[in-house]
Formats: sequence, structure tokens, C-alpha cells
Amino acid sequence: MYPAAFEYVAVGSFAEASEQLARAAGEGKLLSGGCSLIPLMKLRLAEPRLLIDLNRVPGAAGIIAQAGEIRIGALAREADVEASALLAASWPILVDTSAVIADPLVRNMGTIGGNIAHADPANDHPATMLALGARFLLSGAAGTREVAAADFFQDLFATALGEDEVLTEIRIAAPPPGTGSAYLKYERQVGDFAVAAVAAVVVVADGRIRSARLALTNAGPVPLRAQSAEVALAGLRVDDGAGMDEAAALAGDGIQPWADLRGGTAYKVDLVRGLAGRAVRRAVARALGHHELSAAAAHGGPR
Amino acid sequence: MTVTPARQHRITVTVNGESHLAAVEPRLLLVHFLREDLGLTGTHVGCDTTSCGACTVTLDGRPIKSCTMFAVQADGGEITTIEGLADPDGTLHPLQQAFWDEHGLQCGYCTPGMLMAALPLLDLDERPTDAEIRTQISGNLCRCTGYANIVRAIASATQRAHAERAPDG
Ligand SMILES: Cc1cc2nc3c(=O)[nH]c(=O)nc-3n(C[C@@H](O)[C@H](O)[C@H](O)COP(=O)(O)OP(=O)(O)OC[C@H]3O[C@@H](n4cnc5c(N)ncnc54)[C@H](O)[C@@H]3O)c2cc1C
Ligand code: FES
Ligand code: FES
Repeated sequence: MYPAAFEYVAVGSFAEASEQLARAAGEGKLLSGGCSLIPLMKLRLAEPRLLIDLNRVPGAAGIIAQAGEIRIGALAREADVEASALLAASWPILVDTSAVIADPLVRNMGTIGGNIAHADPANDHPATMLALGARFLLSGAAGTREVAAADFFQDLFATALGEDEVLTEIRIAAPPPGTGSAYLKYERQVGDFAVAAVAAVVVVADGRIRSARLALTNAGPVPLRAQSAEVALAGLRVDDGAGMDEAAALAGDGIQPWADLRGGTAYKVDLVRGLAGRAVRRAVARALGHHELSAAAAHGGPR
Repeated sequence: MTVTPARQHRITVTVNGESHLAAVEPRLLLVHFLREDLGLTGTHVGCDTTSCGACTVTLDGRPIKSCTMFAVQADGGEITTIEGLADPDGTLHPLQQAFWDEHGLQCGYCTPGMLMAALPLLDLDERPTDAEIRTQISGNLCRCTGYANIVRAIASATQRAHAERAPDG
């Protein structure tokens, strides 16, 4: 399958990319890993006149700890997120998330920035970003601004990115003591998008859950926070497994995942209820330092 | 919309150790560049939708799906295809030999992609488990073998590579 003809430019900086976007006046597209964009171009569902390749922008793929934050360059490949010792030690939910995206070959190309900017409700990073309270750096002709994940995802494939803006970096606060995090996805087969998935971040102190943040993948047009579950989880004892399951199951209240080949609405709601409990338990186990438990749980059952 | 012929880009890529200078239209996919411009037809097109892995090659040492990358993006890169595995004298690469010995193929359509995807496993410090082998080839589909012999072949090649690297042999 051949895409429609286009002009190609490999830019050397994000500023140059946004100049090229402006020049193309709505007919330009940024290229990162290409794993979502190139298939769309081959089907001619996307026909950009100008393709602006970000892959040669220097220093755009770093994963570092700086100024009390974790900073991830937009061009970081999923394979590098998955293999990052810094992230495994700070926010293992990011390792979980990258590890269940597509397959290892796609993960060698696909980038975290592309996954977020694409804003497919089935993309896995958006819910994780919401649960983490991540902030995105967007850079355009008017300068650089910071947008919270909660304000970034606006609708199906629609984001806060302006016409000449590029997502350049993802910023996440370093985890406070007692933090645990996990992403749990249920897929029909390896490489498929989620039937449903749950991102969970908890902070534990004195044997209790102090706070929890939960977000859902593919349960609506944008990633959704599960606030009633978060409220119910706060204050529970960390050894109250049944209580955690019951509270987390509230994540299924009020959502309307669409019926498709991956299942009907009622089935997906049930799935979210079950996954939410397991994701919270795994996050709590990690907060308590039970790494063997979470590693064992990673094999078998939902990824 | 007026269609203007797209400008050709000059690229330099090293394929299987040999440097190539070529002029490519931006929309030329890497897999078509390899198969049609360079005549390296061992890299196959299966699904053409980024799903099957038949088109897998390594770019700067990492296996990728060449149906989902433009040739122009590979400028300056180093590519290895299935044709680059065996020695020039025809001696098979250990991974190829293991697929032969363990009957890791039937029709052979998926085989070049399987080999290129499995290649990084030979360089790991620790021998991979069968589960790790299955994960590594989870982007590669085989319609014939049922995978068991493929996993066995890769396990045997990684075992050999590991034994040869071990200090006391
Ligand atoms: C077989 C297969 C299975 C997959 N399974 C999953 C899955 O399970 N879960 C999942 O989440 N994803 C999945 N994906 C998609 C994922 O792999 C893509 O990599 C990701 O969605 C897009 O990232 P990319 O770097 O490839 O972006 P590209 O394809 O290069 O770009 C995607 C879009 O984002 C825009 N864009 C890219 N970078 C930026 C930037 N820095 N700033 C602003 N806009 C930008 C592009 O213009 C384009 O519109 C799958 C893909 C394939 C082929
Ligand atoms: S032909 Fe490239 S993945 Fe199938
Ligand atoms: S051997 Fe026939 S597809 Fe794998």
C-alpha cells in the first residue's frame, strides 16, 4: 500500500518543527515513531502534504530525574521506557504501560510523545498520564506552555495541541514516600489494543491508603478518572483486600464503554470493576515494597 | 489539490555492511527500497499493516518492521537483513543453523522476520527463558509451525551463544 505523495523534511529542533507546521498551514504532520501515522497514511486516511520528521532532533529522547521531577523526552521509545531503571524505581506504572503496548518491534519505534499526542482512546499512556497527574510541555511560535494531562485530552483524537505546537516533554513529580503504582491491561491477544485497562497510583502511610488516583483506558472518548473509587479507597487498611476490591469496583459506575468486537458494554464495565481492584492491590503491594508479589502477579492473567 | 511530483531525497544507508547511495521518493517504504531497489527479496511483506513481522530487519541493531518506516528515514543508518546473516562462504549463522536443526520452519514465509526479531536475544548477558523468547517474537506471526519448534530453535541458538561466551566454555 502506497501513501499519497508528500514532501519530507527532517528537522533539527522543535522550533524548526513548529515553523514547518506553520508553513504547511494545517497540511503538515509530525512524524515520530510512525506506528500510528504511517498505517493511516498507507490506508490514505491521512494524506499530509508535508511530513515533518522529529526523529533527528538532538536530546529529545532522554529520561532523567531533575528538579524533583521525572522528565521524559517526547521522542523516548517505548522500549527505552520499558528498560529504564530510573522509571522502574520511581514510577513502575510507566514500565507496565510501555511493556503492554503493541509488540517489541513496534516498541523499538513507537514513542511516548506520539502515543500521547495521537490521543486514541485505546492508547495506553493517556490514562497513565492522568493517574500520574503528568504535565506536558507544548512548544510553538508563541513559546512554550505547560498543560496538565487532565486538560490535554479533549475528545477522540483531539487534544489541546495548537496547529503549530509540538509536544516536547512529559513532566511528572517524583513519587512521595509510600507511593505505589501499576497499570493493568486486559487484551484479547498480544499486540491488541485494550479491551479495558486501569492505571492506579496510591500513597500508603501507617498501614492505610492515604490517597489513590485511578484512570481508565478505552472506557470513553478520552481517558477517565474514577473519582468515586478514589474517595472510597482513601483510608482503607492495606491488608483489607476485600475492601479495596469493593471500593475500586466503583470505577465501573457511570462509564459507558462502547460495544465493539472486543465486547459489549456490560461486559466491559464488569471488566473495569475487576481490573481496578487488581491494579490497586498491585500498586499497594509495590508501595509496601512487595516486589516479588507484583512480579509474580505480572505473569498469567491480564498483562 | 494539485499534485506536484515529490522531490527525491538522496540517502546513504549501509545494508549488510555495504554502503548504498540512492535517490528515493519520500513515500517509498523501507521494505520496498530493500526488495525492489536493492533486490534483497529475503525481507517479506506479509500483512502490510504492522502486524505480522515478516518484514523485520534491524536498524542500528534494533529489530523493526520495515513496512512501517520510509526509506528516507533510514538515511545514515545501518541495516541488516536476512541476507546479511550467513557468512559470505555460505556458512549459516548459528540462529539459521538452529532453525534448520530444530525444524523451526515449514513454508518459510515468516522465517526471515523471526530470525531478525530473535537476533538481539543472542547478545543478552543471561540466557533468555522460553517466556522471554515468546515475548520477543510476539510481533511475528507464523501460520505453519505452531511456534513450538521456533522457540526451541531460538533457545538452542541462545544456549550455544551463551556457552561460547562463557569464560570456561
Ligand atoms: C500492531 C500495532 C499495535 C499497537 N498496539 C497498541 C497498544 O496496544 N497500545 C497503544 O497505546 N498503542 C498501540 N499501538 C500504537 C502505538 O504503537 C504508536 O506508537 C503510538 O500510538 C504513536 O506513537 P508514534 O511515536 O508511533 O507516533 P506517530 O505514528 O509518529 O504519530 C502519531 C500522531 O501523533 C502526532 N505526533 C507524533 N509525535 C508528536 C509530538 N511530539 N508532538 C505532537 N504531535 C505528535 C503525529 O503527527 C500523528 O498524528 C499499536 C500500533 C501497532 C502498529
Ligand atoms: S508486512 Fe510489515 S508487519 Fe506485516
Ligand atoms: S513457516 Fe510458514 S508462516 Fe511460519
